[in-house]
Amino acid sequence: MELLDNLVLGFNVALSLKNLVYCFIGVFVGTFIGVLPGIGPLVTIAMLLPITFNLPPIPSLIMLAGIYYGAQYGGSTTSILMNLPGEAASVVTCIDGYQMAKQGRAGPALAIAAVGSFLAGCVGTLLIGLFGPPIAELAFKFGAAEYFSLMLMGLMAAALLASGDMVKAVAMVVLGLLLGIVGTDVNSGMARFSFGVSELSDGIGFTIVAVALFAVAEIVKNLETTAKQEVFTGKITGLMPTLADLKASFPAIARGTAVGSFFGALPGTGPAIGAFSAYMLEKKIAKDPSLFGKGDIRGVASPEAANNAAAQCAFIPTLTLGIPGSGVMALMLGAMTIQGIAPGPQVMTKNPDLFWGLIASMWIGNLMLLVLNLPLVAMWVKLLKIPYRWLFPSILMFVCVGSYSLNSSAVDIYLAAGFSILGYIFIKLGCEPAPLILGFVLGPLMEENLRRALLISRGDPTVFFTRPISLGFVLVTVLLIIFMIAPAIRKKRKKVIAPTDKT
Amino acid sequence: MKIELRNNKDFFAGLLFIVIGVLAMVIARNYPFGSTMRMGPGYFPTVLGGIMTAFGLYVLVRGLIKGEKIEGVWGIRPLILTVLGVVAFGFIMDRLGMVLALVAMFFISAFGGHEFKFKEVLILAVVMTAAAWGIFIYGLGLPYRLFWWS
Repeated sequence: MELLDNLVLGFNVALSLKNLVYCFIGVFVGTFIGVLPGIGPLVTIAMLLPITFNLPPIPSLIMLAGIYYGAQYGGSTTSILMNLPGEAASVVTCIDGYQMAKQGRAGPALAIAAVGSFLAGCVGTLLIGLFGPPIAELAFKFGAAEYFSLMLMGLMAAALLASGDMVKAVAMVVLGLLLGIVGTDVNSGMARFSFGVSELSDGIGFTIVAVALFAVAEIVKNLETTAKQEVFTGKITGLMPTLADLKASFPAIARGTAVGSFFGALPGTGPAIGAFSAYMLEKKIAKDPSLFGKGDIRGVASPEAANNAAAQCAFIPTLTLGIPGSGVMALMLGAMTIQGIAPGPQVMTKNPDLFWGLIASMWIGNLMLLVLNLPLVAMWVKLLKIPYRWLFPSILMFVCVGSYSLNSSAVDIYLAAGFSILGYIFIKLGCEPAPLILGFVLGPLMEENLRRALLISRGDPTVFFTRPISLGFVLVTVLLIIFMIAPAIRKKRKKVIAPTDKT
Repeated sequence: MKIELRNNKDFFAGLLFIVIGVLAMVIARNYPFGSTMRMGPGYFPTVLGGIMTAFGLYVLVRGLIKGEKIEGVWGIRPLILTVLGVVAFGFIMDRLGMVLALVAMFFISAFGGHEFKFKEVLILAVVMTAAAWGIFIYGLGLPYRLFWWS
């Protein structure tokens, strides 16, 4: 069986001592930082991104992936114990998780969240292994026109579904595309938008934009209010869920995993929508929905499984098509590009050790999470007492030293400072920065494919509609736009997105 | 009817998009536009600039109609101090090495927080600078100078 051979290859890579160590560091550091209140996966990955660039490709991606699901998991710990979601995906976990903690059942809530995440992670890993190769196979048939339409679909989906204000989100994507093409044009050798600065003719560093928008601007936003930080004072007694808890949880975990996997694999949806839909589903099929919101364990199990499954499955389009579905995936893709790996279906054939090694390491990483989190929960709880006034200068330390390490040049630091100001202004004006980074990563690729498609078709733009696969992507894009503009759906969407807007 | 522009969220977001979009189109005029079949380096940015301007106009007009306000307050103090801390780091790092650069960064940015306790910031700066040495110089082997003489 091919899948089996591939997984064996993957585990051989992932189980090498060096990669195990990096996986462990990633998961540990990710959880460590993810647990800290107010710091979500995007900030965590952005601030640690430069560090991983100094490693070889495989360990660096393994570590980044570890940081990602570590931070995701750490976020749920904070949600359950303190009602403080680090990011949109754990907002729903707060609802019942925090209630359970208040009732003195924080232990079982944390345990079920860990087990649910682990089981969902296993399924997610398997799904990538199963669906990755056929999707990549299909993607090999893509020409420039198909790629352009696919990127258009991915970007529009991300802008329309994942963010608060769709119009602004699309504008942010376009701004990202524009920023992405700063630098020397590959076709003509012309330096564009470089304003005579030689550093800019190499393009704006992807890491610079990422740290500025997701770390520095976020810090400023957190500091603008003078609200006192809440401190967790409760105690955690006993992790073991009761038999009734387990009986209620397992079906919920299975349903959450299915819902999360589905939304995770779609571009633009990801963990937040996955977790929310899973919670809604639980509430709908429960015999007594009034229990939800009062500390029902299913309300923890299902969304936690869903957000981890979604986090895992988001790697499917990223690894096989080179199309990131979310801000975090855009960061992963950017990291791959900087490591010299061109994203796309060829990753699987050209770097099978990387692809399968990464997948195997995700499973191992999920296992580590389970082992790390349950016994160490007392230690994580202590972290919740660290005040933000110690945290934010420390994050800035990573940002500064890390950005400086890219080119050993202060110009990068000044650029980061400039983008931080811009990023903060955008946040205040209700424009989310995540769509920008998606556009930024895809900008050069999109231009290249548009050029090539129209060159081959001799300037005939109907090429995007006459090739069937491309037409399919265009149709989905159009449908998405219609659905989003239709007022009835708009109203409903508002309801669904509303709780995730708070982050 | 008086149109309130102060803190009008969409008006300023739209304005910002328009300024960037128009700027992109104007600058892109210096690059050959080419044709749809053979696009020059100016083609894509011009089209993007146009799309941005259009979206900007829509958002701006929506702002005028709805007049939605910016939520919360502007964190001018933390913005200036964190950005200044970052800039100071870059400036000093090039000239005097990592230790002073980080100490300056810690003190300036910590001043942007809610509470500033000198002793606490000093300890934080020392501990985190040591950590930076451990991670970046010792661990990752980056060729940074600790001080200007090293």
